[in-house]
Amino acid sequence: MARAAVLGRLTWRVATVTALREETATARTIVLDVPGWPGHRPGQHADVRLTAADGYSAQRSYSIASAPDGQRLELTVQRLPDGEVSPYLTGTLAPGYPLELRGPVGGWFVWERGSPAPVLLVAGGSGIVPLMAMIRARAGLPRPPPFGLVYSAREPAAVLYGAEIPERAGRDEGLRVRYAYTRRTPPGWPVPAGRISAEVLDAAGWPPERAPSVFVCGPTGFVEAAAGLLVAAGHDPGRIKTERFGPTGG
Amino acid sequence: MTGYLDGNMLAGPLREIFAVDVTAAVGQCAACGTSGSVGQARVYADGPGLVARCPACGHVLMRLSRGPERAWLDLRGLIYLQLPVPGGGAQD
Repeated sequence: MARAAVLGRLTWRVATVTALREETATARTIVLDVPGWPGHRPGQHADVRLTAADGYSAQRSYSIASAPDGQRLELTVQRLPDGEVSPYLTGTLAPGYPLELRGPVGGWFVWERGSPAPVLLVAGGSGIVPLMAMIRARAGLPRPPPFGLVYSAREPAAVLYGAEIPERAGRDEGLRVRYAYTRRTPPGWPVPAGRISAEVLDAAGWPPERAPSVFVCGPTGFVEAAAGLLVAAGHDPGRIKTERFGPTGG
Repeated sequence: MTGYLDGNMLAGPLREIFAVDVTAAVGQCAACGTSGSVGQARVYADGPGLVARCPACGHVLMRLSRGPERAWLDLRGLIYLQLPVPGGGAQD
């Protein structure tokens, strides 16, 4: 736990883009090599800073998508149409480009890998990103606690990590995944598109009696709705951690 | 209610000032007495600085503004901050 005590000075580092993966039409994973990266815990962020030729700079905080892996770091960025930073990251940025970042930051919305408690993850849209870091970090453990994921997306085409999540769940009984759609469902989906429901959250298999650690991440309205449903179902508010994406994060 | 960001976004700006992660600290609102982690505050970033408000009553907990060579931190909306200090302090 020494890391939770006095931390080193937070400095900007220059990372290099080593690869890019298009996740959806509007989201991209940026794979970075970050010399001197001190490691991170699943759920933490990195701050990214862009500086224009005239000195104007803009800074945003992005959730880390990858499990701790030396100086390799992945960020998944959703393009926001009016954003200042995300259009560059999801459009112009190419392999070999430098990127200024600092971190890891944040110590609250974090899953501790030594924790034996079952975990319920609830994602709305790109809120899946920090939860994916938790899923990936869990996979490297010898005796991982069971995880349930409820992932609510606008439509099938907006689902991030669309191949990786089912693939992981297919070979790991300890990872149970439920999808929900708010605007459009896949053909033949049993329930109509709509807001996240108590039934979907319950179907993930972690009732309050199991006392799961709960992580909810997504847009503000989603987070408030999901956290409200979980508390109403009997989950201890003290075990629910939330992270909201504001409307101006771009 | 629109226009606010998550309190967890304060982690980077506060780490420019403090050697510990303040978003994991528990604070108590001076207006309504609610306690919660700083990461759960609502942050308004539209003005020149960052304003963190209590999620329960909306009272200003903390204001942070940053100039080129100094930062101003106003904590008057917090009765206390309880910071994790692992390892038993002096015995470490």
